[in-house]
Amino acid sequence: MDGTELVAKIFFTWLSLVFGLILLPSAFGMSLGISEMYMKILVKTLEWATLRIEKGIQKESVLKNSASVGIIQRDKSPMEKGLRGRDFELSDAFYFSKKGLEAIVEDEVTQRFSSEELVSWNLLTRTNINFQYISLRLTMVWVLGVIIRYCVLLPLRVTLAFLGISFLVIGTTMVGQLPDSSFKNWLSELVHLTCCRICVRALSGTIHYHNREHRPQKGGICVANHTSPIDVLILTTDGCYAMVGQVHGGLMGIIQRAMVKACPHVWFERSEMRDRHLVIKRLREHIADKKKLPILIFPEGTCINNTSVMMFKKGSFEIGGTIYPVAIKYNPQFGDAFWNSSKYNMVSYLLRMMTSWAIVCDVWYLPPMTREEGEDAVQFANRVKSAIARQGGLTELPWDGGLKREKVKDTYKEEQQKTYSKMIVGNGSLSTDSD
Amino acid sequence: MGSGGSRAAQVPDAERIRRETGFSQATLLRLYHRFRALDSNKKGYLSRMDLQQIGALAVNPLGDRIIDSFFPDGSLRVEFPDFARVLAHFRPVDDEDTGTRDPMQPEPLNSRMNKLRFAFQLYDLDGDGKISRHEMLQVLRLMVGVQVTEEQLESITDRTVQEADEDGDGAVSFLEFTKSLEKMNIEQKMSIRILK
Repeated sequence: MDGTELVAKIFFTWLSLVFGLILLPSAFGMSLGISEMYMKILVKTLEWATLRIEKGIQKESVLKNSASVGIIQRDKSPMEKGLRGRDFELSDAFYFSKKGLEAIVEDEVTQRFSSEELVSWNLLTRTNINFQYISLRLTMVWVLGVIIRYCVLLPLRVTLAFLGISFLVIGTTMVGQLPDSSFKNWLSELVHLTCCRICVRALSGTIHYHNREHRPQKGGICVANHTSPIDVLILTTDGCYAMVGQVHGGLMGIIQRAMVKACPHVWFERSEMRDRHLVIKRLREHIADKKKLPILIFPEGTCINNTSVMMFKKGSFEIGGTIYPVAIKYNPQFGDAFWNSSKYNMVSYLLRMMTSWAIVCDVWYLPPMTREEGEDAVQFANRVKSAIARQGGLTELPWDGGLKREKVKDTYKEEQQKTYSKMIVGNGSLSTDSD
Repeated sequence: MGSGGSRAAQVPDAERIRRETGFSQATLLRLYHRFRALDSNKKGYLSRMDLQQIGALAVNPLGDRIIDSFFPDGSLRVEFPDFARVLAHFRPVDDEDTGTRDPMQPEPLNSRMNKLRFAFQLYDLDGDGKISRHEMLQVLRLMVGVQVTEEQLESITDRTVQEADEDGDGAVSFLEFTKSLEKMNIEQKMSIRILK
């Protein structure tokens, strides 16, 4: 009897601690400074670890100073310089085979679909590529880190996540019962914000918002680069959005149905998603109503690893209205937020998130943009993409994120063939080439 | 511990591959990681599809021929040792290679001869040791797509075969191929320098 009483008591005290120290402040949008302190200690520890590692391997070659520098020495001269350029030569094959083999060894697209390599180790096994044993002290710190992450932080975070999601479902269902009024909107905003803050605490998230004066307004479309499902959480902590997406089954479906009772999100059935005109029509109707919340869209269509921004699909830019671009950049030192959906399913991804040190990211709100005269949707999309890439310090790639799953279209190959053909046929005569 | 994959995996059979290819330990590890990254379903080998997924390779006019060179004799899978062997053709020629080489050992994969052999088999579709006029036409067609007419392509082919063909059999043998590229700096044009 005593045993179970003791366990119950501990559980109770713990729950009330969680309630008092985390949940209540979240409801009021305040912070008690506990997570700030945790972050400070964490930063100091990681700096110390980096110094130890650098000292340990000073004898060997120095670590590359930038993880994004390629591993091949590339000759970036265009086709015209690489080939002799006048007529076809047998040696032309050299140029193309070299370019082809270079692409096999390293290409700028495939690497974007796996997690970024860190410059220095952050004491997580999962990011340990080729950092060997350095010293006993470092290993002990690592072991301590594992214990803290799995035994202390993980249960706490799981509890918070559970509480957050249940509160969201219950809260939005209750709010949904009220008749439409401004009070209902205010209440639903409160519920959304509180639950998102709780969920962010569940991931030990530290988010810095920049330029909050450009926050998306009602009746606009918010556009951001996509790294993981957590992006949604990060953005909704600072404002309410109407989400767009497919209706799912299971837990996601329950959450979706509850949320839509409290405020109008735009959920589509799977069959409806294929009809582009229907999608655009519904979105247009949504933003035409100036009282509705701004729509949140990720035009890349898939998760990229936060080192680059890939092609923005033009669909979102054909709707019209004002676009509010947002750049999200995670700090990979504290935890890798990228969701590699081919490698991990949602549950293992969330577990990985909850056993990282923290999720630290910067969010920049960019000034609103609209389509200019004579600009088509594709050009507009590229303009927005450049702005986001510049602000977030990400590389800009013209490739389609869909390359994760599909092959590249033949039209791109035709362009290369055109350039080459012009070279060997365009200049000089073919018929009588006397040498 | 962490649920991440074993990024620090060791290359299987590393010593043998190192001897055959001449890659350094660090480079071999990099190539092994790349091999595993390209292997989308973690099958342990690469299929044609895996290589075709690489955007920059798929738009390369000779992309299909390059992929073919990984799958000789109609095989459908390429494992890491063979993958490394093909890439070894493009290893830059270091001084230590040309200096004191044991003449009893087989030629290193990145020698001038072997680089030329690699380029030769890009043209030699049926692998019979000769590039016939027909094969040359087909490869050229790959490189230009639909941009060039049949007549233009035929005249280019005729000129090229005529220039290189010495014994007049209407095809370019490997020796004729090497002779016509005597003066070319193969070592530089067909080398990929992998930074540590």
